Amino acid sequence: MAAAVRGCGGVWRRVWQRGAGGLAPRGQRAAAGSARGAAVPAGKSGPAPWVPVVGLEIHAQISSNSKLFSGSQVQFAAPPNSVVSFFDASLPGTLPVINRRCVEAAVMTGLALNCSINKRSLFDRKHYFYADLPAGYQITQQRVPIAVNGSLSYSLCTDNKMSQMVTKTVRIKQIQLEQDSGKSLHDDTRSQTLVDLNRAGVGLMEVVMEPDMCCGEEAAAAVRELQLILQTLGSSHAVMAEGQLRVDANVSVHHPGEPYGVRTEVKNINSIRFLAKAVDYEIQRQIEELENGGTILNETRAFDSKLGCTVPMRDKEGKQDYRFMPEPNLPPLILYDAKSLPANMSHQQVVNIDWIHERLPDLPSVKRAKLVEQYGILPEHSFTLLNEDGLTEFFENVVKQTQMKPKKVIGWILNDLLSYLNQHSLTVKESPVSSSILADLLNLLEKKEISSTAAKQVLVELWKGEGKTPLEIVKEKKLELIQDQGALEQICQAVIDGQENEVMAIKAGNHKVLNKLIGLVQRKTQGRSNPVLVKQLLEKKLLE
Amino acid sequence: MLRASLREVSAALKEGHVTPTELCQRCLALIKSTKFLNAYITVAEETALKQAEESEKRYRTGQPVGVLDGIPIAVKDNFSTAGIETTCASEMLKGYIPPYSATVVQKLLDQGAVLLGKTNLDEFAMGSGSTDGVFGPVRNPWSYSRQYKEKSVPKSHPEDEDSNWVITGGSSGGSAAAVSSFTCFAALGSDTGGSTRNPAAHCGVVGLKPTYGLISRHGLIPLVNSMDVPGILTRCVDDAAVVLGSLAGHDPKDSTTIQDNFKPFELPNLTDVSKLSIGIPKEYHAPGLSSEILALWSKAADLFKNAGANVIEVSLPHTRYSIVCYHVLCTAEVASNMARFDGLEYGHRSDMSKSTESMYAATRREGFNHVVRGRILSGNYFLLKQNYENYFVKAQKVRRLIANDFMKVFRSGVDILLTPTTLSDAVPYIEFIKEDNRTRSAQDDILTQAANMAGLPAISVPTALSERGLPVGLQFIGRSFQEKQLLTVAKWFEKQVKFPMIQLEEVKRHDHGVFQHQKSASFS
Repeated sequence: MAAAVRGCGGVWRRVWQRGAGGLAPRGQRAAAGSARGAAVPAGKSGPAPWVPVVGLEIHAQISSNSKLFSGSQVQFAAPPNSVVSFFDASLPGTLPVINRRCVEAAVMTGLALNCSINKRSLFDRKHYFYADLPAGYQITQQRVPIAVNGSLSYSLCTDNKMSQMVTKTVRIKQIQLEQDSGKSLHDDTRSQTLVDLNRAGVGLMEVVMEPDMCCGEEAAAAVRELQLILQTLGSSHAVMAEGQLRVDANVSVHHPGEPYGVRTEVKNINSIRFLAKAVDYEIQRQIEELENGGTILNETRAFDSKLGCTVPMRDKEGKQDYRFMPEPNLPPLILYDAKSLPANMSHQQVVNIDWIHERLPDLPSVKRAKLVEQYGILPEHSFTLLNEDGLTEFFENVVKQTQMKPKKVIGWILNDLLSYLNQHSLTVKESPVSSSILADLLNLLEKKEISSTAAKQVLVELWKGEGKTPLEIVKEKKLELIQDQGALEQICQAVIDGQENEVMAIKAGNHKVLNKLIGLVQRKTQGRSNPVLVKQLLEKKLLE
Repeated sequence: MLRASLREVSAALKEGHVTPTELCQRCLALIKSTKFLNAYITVAEETALKQAEESEKRYRTGQPVGVLDGIPIAVKDNFSTAGIETTCASEMLKGYIPPYSATVVQKLLDQGAVLLGKTNLDEFAMGSGSTDGVFGPVRNPWSYSRQYKEKSVPKSHPEDEDSNWVITGGSSGGSAAAVSSFTCFAALGSDTGGSTRNPAAHCGVVGLKPTYGLISRHGLIPLVNSMDVPGILTRCVDDAAVVLGSLAGHDPKDSTTIQDNFKPFELPNLTDVSKLSIGIPKEYHAPGLSSEILALWSKAADLFKNAGANVIEVSLPHTRYSIVCYHVLCTAEVASNMARFDGLEYGHRSDMSKSTESMYAATRREGFNHVVRGRILSGNYFLLKQNYENYFVKAQKVRRLIANDFMKVFRSGVDILLTPTTLSDAVPYIEFIKEDNRTRSAQDDILTQAANMAGLPAISVPTALSERGLPVGLQFIGRSFQEKQLLTVAKWFEKQVKFPMIQLEEVKRHDHGVFQHQKSASFS
């Protein structure tokens, strides 16, 4: 793997330049030139290159039983307005009471992202009128958030093959706790707005990433890594399709050595794939706009996934003054560590940062390193294993139950299992073939009872999920290797007899042709012959 | 009977001299015959009688839940009461019936109190006269007292009688009038800048504003969250201690309450004040302070001095900035707190349906009076990005200085501060409305709101009648969470001054009780 480099001013900065064929991103890798590590033009002369700058604001819904400041349940897809407390509906006189679990989730996330945890953080009110914001303000942490100054390392491929991976780092500015809003449904035909407050008051962690990224791919990789971390911690389910992870991208472009350009904020991005698309589209749009003599407005734009482009958001026009004010109903949020923990106070009464730190699970980067070390698999394979929920566990279970080397097992997992699952849009948990069945199959292969060709045939049967064991299928389909050497010799002889030209070529020294004969034997035996043995037999007959 | 104190009537209930239902009925009857005071917005006759009946059952089985069992009380109409309309005297909340009760209300009910109704106030508690609510002004019961009539109403012009009535002060004027006119034995008010103490002083009752954080605000519809405190209005200091004991302590629903549980106390009868140090803050000799009140104030100081207390002049140098800072902080929080009234979830909603925004605008224009709208406007101005530092942050800094002033004085050994509660006695309504709400609030809160800025406990104790026959109260300010000391001193003072009882014709008709102890000698 390539050496880790910081995203900001790093050496792998993509250069975007107007090429002969238009404005396509050319993705050249530029060597670090100047002290700032700014991009170097890909072409020798011509117009100055553009350096795109991408920062992200990510809202992760906290996975908790109840909301951030009220006791009502957090439930995805509950009937409209069925999980709304008096506080969530902002009934007058109700007060916020902070949910410990949400605080702990934020501390955990902060620690996992190498942040400093503020032992004293504050809540503020952010005011704006909107139908799904019943109080007319959101409680957030504008002045002193719970965690600051962290970093996130993520890896991405530098070419289309998985083998060239590079690790980058994006700085985390802060993590703040805040309330989610409800949902508004606009019925234009009846000119009605329907409001569902189920989501109102659910805890959010807003993770603010510094503008250390420079293309959609980087943004996507960073968000993917964050998503994995959140899921590993259990601090958020972080499913984008369910709105548990929402990403806004701040995008600008400038010439190397010049100050950052005017940025736009792109919203409405609901998948990681669309994030990459939206960012790249916005970069291109800005470059085009500027090269045509236009200017970039500091505006909020929405990504239209159908059209694949960003459009200005109408309802966000005009400058909003949020009239921030300290939330008077919540005292400062005080956290403790082992040193400051008051005597006779346990972690159940107060939030103890050290207690949480000691119990952090292995993060994805550590898990990957362990997989590489323990099983001798390639780093990129470890990425793939972690990328699918449950795949690592599946792999490890297979390894436990088979004599086959993990290095060989990984091939079956990634090439056969994963591609089947992807084709059929199944999750690992939904796989019709369990880890023990796959292990049984691989054991047959390992014990040379079947050939790998036969093993693939068995797998095809197994996908049907009819409850047969690999051995049963092998027997039923008569796929076991021909153990009778005499019979195999006869088949080899028959092949030799039918292929005069090939035999002559082999005898003349073209040994490659032998493979053709091996193939023919395999075909004749319907994959039931051991290719190594066949090769030996053929060689014996032809070359001795 | 109705003129008895809470503790006296509680004893009478216990001894069976009167039943909770009888007591409740008498109070309800008196509420009806004093309807002209406009003290109540809602009289919860049915539920009150039911609660009285429940209480009666408990007494019959010899299992009353405590001192408050069967005691008729009233609650200011900005506390949420489950099943009973809670209006804040605003068009915005007319018809709003909360699905839950404020913690303080629930605590009173849990202890057997009988909730007679919801009392009148200035809209959303914004005012100092109880004159600016959508249900009209509250009339001070003392306007109809023999004491006031004898001294003030020109006998030759009986037709003037109606225009001569005086205000209660505010914004908890309804609660003060209710206690003062004997329609209930205790009432809850709220106190943000003096809203409990001010009407208490004008209506001749005890008004206690406890330390911020001692009593839960959950369910109190907020004015200024960082200063609001539920207030207690009673006939005497001992009663205030009883009610305080039943309300104070941690509430898991209000994160700003103290963590500890509160231990209710009984007030000792102080016999020796020689170890006390009473501070007289010179800044409270404010412009506009009537000579009459000034005289009473120094007389009270002399009273302590003559009894052996150490009475010293102290300085709270930042007091003069207090009212303007209060204005900035109050309006800013008001602007924020009022944002929720958009007509969507509850309360008034305008018919305007052109767009969500136009509906909001029309709802808020129709629902709020000009006072509320004015405060929202200035509050939002102070919170604008370009103004925040210059106004809000600066005001917060000065607030800290004001709190520090008090801390320094208390640290120097002063136990209690003695000040006037109001600049003068209550003025006639027709005089009062000559000035606008903002001017009035700035004048009337001047002596009281600093205690809110600092979060300190303060109590107004009825002291004497003015030359016009109207009550005057003096204020004691204590150390944070030192309510016991504060109330003990207030009780001693109360005993010395022998404030006269109000002489009301209506009450005499309703009351044929056993507690006709006329207090004769009086302080003035």
